[in-house]
Amino acid sequence: MKLTLSDEQARFGATLHDLLDAADVPAASRAWAAGDAVPGCAVWRRLADAGVTALAVPEKWGGLEASPADLVVACEELGHHALPGPAMETVAAVPALLAALGGAAAERWLPALASGEALATLAAPPWLPYAVDADTAGVSLLAARPAGAADLLASGSPTAAARLPGATGATGAIVARPARAAVGVWVGVVGEAVASVDPTRRLFELGPGEMLADDAGGAVGRALDLGALACAAHLLGAGRAMLETAVEYAKQRVQFGQPIGRFQAIKHALADVAVGLEFARPLLYAAAVTLTPRDVSAAKVACASAAHRAARAALQVHGAIGYTEEYGLGRWLTRVRALMAAWGTSSDHRARVLATLTAQAEPWS
Amino acid sequence: MNLDVDADTAAFRAEVREWLAANAPAAPLPSVDSAEGDAAHREWERLLTGARLSAVSWPVEYGGRDAPPMHWLVFEEEYHAAGGPVRIGQNGLFLLAPTLFGHGTAEQRDRLLPRMARADDVWAQAWSEPDAGSDLAAIRSRATRTDGGWLLYGQKTWSSRAAYADRAFGLFRTDPDAERHRGLTYLMFDLRAEGVTVRPIRQLGGAPGFAEIFLDGAFVPDADVIGAPGDGWRVAMSTAGHERGLSLRSPGRFLAAAERLVDLWRDSGDSALAGRVADAWIAAQAYKMHGYAALERPPGPHAGSLGKLFWSELDLALHETALDLLGPHAEVRGSSRSGGWLDGYLFALAGPIYAGTNEIQRTIVADRVLGLPR
Ligand SMILES: Cc1cc2nc3c(=O)[nH]c(=O)nc-3n(C[C@H](O)[C@H](O)[C@H](O)COP(=O)(O)OP(=O)(O)OC[C@H]3O[C@@H](n4cnc5c(N)ncnc54)[C@H](O)[C@@H]3O)c2cc1C
Repeated sequence: MKLTLSDEQARFGATLHDLLDAADVPAASRAWAAGDAVPGCAVWRRLADAGVTALAVPEKWGGLEASPADLVVACEELGHHALPGPAMETVAAVPALLAALGGAAAERWLPALASGEALATLAAPPWLPYAVDADTAGVSLLAARPAGAADLLASGSPTAAARLPGATGATGAIVARPARAAVGVWVGVVGEAVASVDPTRRLFELGPGEMLADDAGGAVGRALDLGALACAAHLLGAGRAMLETAVEYAKQRVQFGQPIGRFQAIKHALADVAVGLEFARPLLYAAAVTLTPRDVSAAKVACASAAHRAARAALQVHGAIGYTEEYGLGRWLTRVRALMAAWGTSSDHRARVLATLTAQAEPWS
Repeated sequence: MNLDVDADTAAFRAEVREWLAANAPAAPLPSVDSAEGDAAHREWERLLTGARLSAVSWPVEYGGRDAPPMHWLVFEEEYHAAGGPVRIGQNGLFLLAPTLFGHGTAEQRDRLLPRMARADDVWAQAWSEPDAGSDLAAIRSRATRTDGGWLLYGQKTWSSRAAYADRAFGLFRTDPDAERHRGLTYLMFDLRAEGVTVRPIRQLGGAPGFAEIFLDGAFVPDADVIGAPGDGWRVAMSTAGHERGLSLRSPGRFLAAAERLVDLWRDSGDSALAGRVADAWIAAQAYKMHGYAALERPPGPHAGSLGKLFWSELDLALHETALDLLGPHAEVRGSSRSGGWLDGYLFALAGPIYAGTNEIQRTIVADRVLGLPR
């Protein structure tokens, strides 16, 4: 049994922290939000040099084939600095998917992902209706169930269903299909952009282009789980950043002649944040060990709610300054809001935990 | 990282599971806070001790197995999964024993621990006083010097199990002139001794789960002082850490409750409460994994405060969710369907109060863990 970081893993995290600290991520984020990805991509190249983009790539394609625990360490730091760019996709889900598909698809993109030449993005409804930063990514994939329109309609999203490849566009009371169609994977054709609450996440609809696989449900499911795990780590890192920022601010900001951190209301709110983060972390590590849908979902729920609590408390502790664009708390706050909804909502993941506990079928298999 | 369990631990788990399946009471014992329940629970502890299961991590010479801490977590998981009775000896086993290992003498350990394991002595804690709750250093009960020992005067209160217990441990002021955290001495005393009056107090659930203790010259021999006279605060704080953390509330009880909650939810088919059921199960799992991680890396001195905040809220979430699932049946006491949940709920309500209130714990976390200005 080992559920704590090795010295090597702790050093890896510290190295990435220093790298990102020195990289002026706030400026790169402002540029990214304004449509200029150049400074952000420069940071990504430095991360690639440190091995981050090679972690989930198998050795035969130039990767490090690292453990999911290493991946979690890196992803937590990306969230800790609220780095712009399709992080979960580039570092976790897309390399996992391509590696599972193998063959030409793997050959074509994995070496470029490992070396950091290309960022990757993914749309996989219903968890990921949009591909983040598809205008910047060198690889955009779409994973979907072509005749899955019925499923999506049942979950109340007819417009999303109509966008799906092979969808009939019909609405209303269709459609118990006799057998669910298999999950396919396509090269995505980049469609319309929509804005995210997080200004660094530019969201794109993807249409189906070249088909890479017609029956890849297992591979897609595992890739999405790895992405959800990475997302949980990202959320935990963002939550930790907001706690640190709020603690520092509470020590310095003086009102009524004393630092606000001396007021018990402030202390107690931040103590609750610390508790949430403290007890989310072991679930994240356990999920990195087992990678079971149940454990990944538990980690995603716990990290999302710990990060959400951190966001609420950090904003409250800062008062109005925290509400400004300039101050920068919003980089984490809006990231957390976006990621609470992506890679499976907390409702999706709670339902999956209960489904596995009561032995119902896996949604992606 | 890995979640691998070694063969030794797996074998231990199997042994405990098998033993409990064969020996755990089929029906719940009468309330531990009644005369017949007291007797039944002591009887049960004797059975456990016979199998060397009452304190597996203790050294062999005191009735334990010298087992690694992981075995203790495993024992707790199995014990609660099997629905084992309340541990009547828990004040002694989980709180006094660690203090004796840390600060007691060999003579005290030899004399007290085997009797504690068999529940020949059931122990009560005597910290709180009418004017010293959260502000424990405000205690006024005193011990004055006499030939070969001390005489106790004053009043303790909210002492769990004291109604039927044999002995108690707590802090007494031995130097009234010293600064409040000094001049305190950690003493053990006999609840049946002359000069001790115990008055049981009924709790929210109706049973006399705690008691007031009036002290009027009760004698304590020097052999029953733990640590040096005047050094009691430091000694007591080591027990406080145990009281808050993993040793008082191991993950096993919450995991077992979470499993029962999921079963209850499945039977109820109540989709509106699904999210809360999942959250409670996830939190129990978090507490378990956190406990495993804590075994590898000795937790910081204030980890108990983080843990106490977490388990007390978790316990409430589990029981409140269960009662909401039971709907109108939830108010029925003593029924096989709701009774356990309702009793558990009433007990869970006290969690944020005892072992240092959650407000006090939050302040400790903010000051000592986060470093906010004091
Ligand atoms: C079921 C149960 C079993 C118990 N068993 C034992 C036992 O075996 N032995 C024993 O000695 N004691 C026992 N206690 C007593 C327990 O330790 C005390 O209740 C606890 O320390 C709080 O003290 P109090 O009740 O006097 O509340 P108070 O200290 O009066 O507190 C009342 C309220 O004020 C808040 N408060 C107090 N000070 C502060 C502060 N500085 N900042 C913010 N808020 C504050 C508290 O958090 C609480 O909400 C038990 C209590 C219960 C409920």
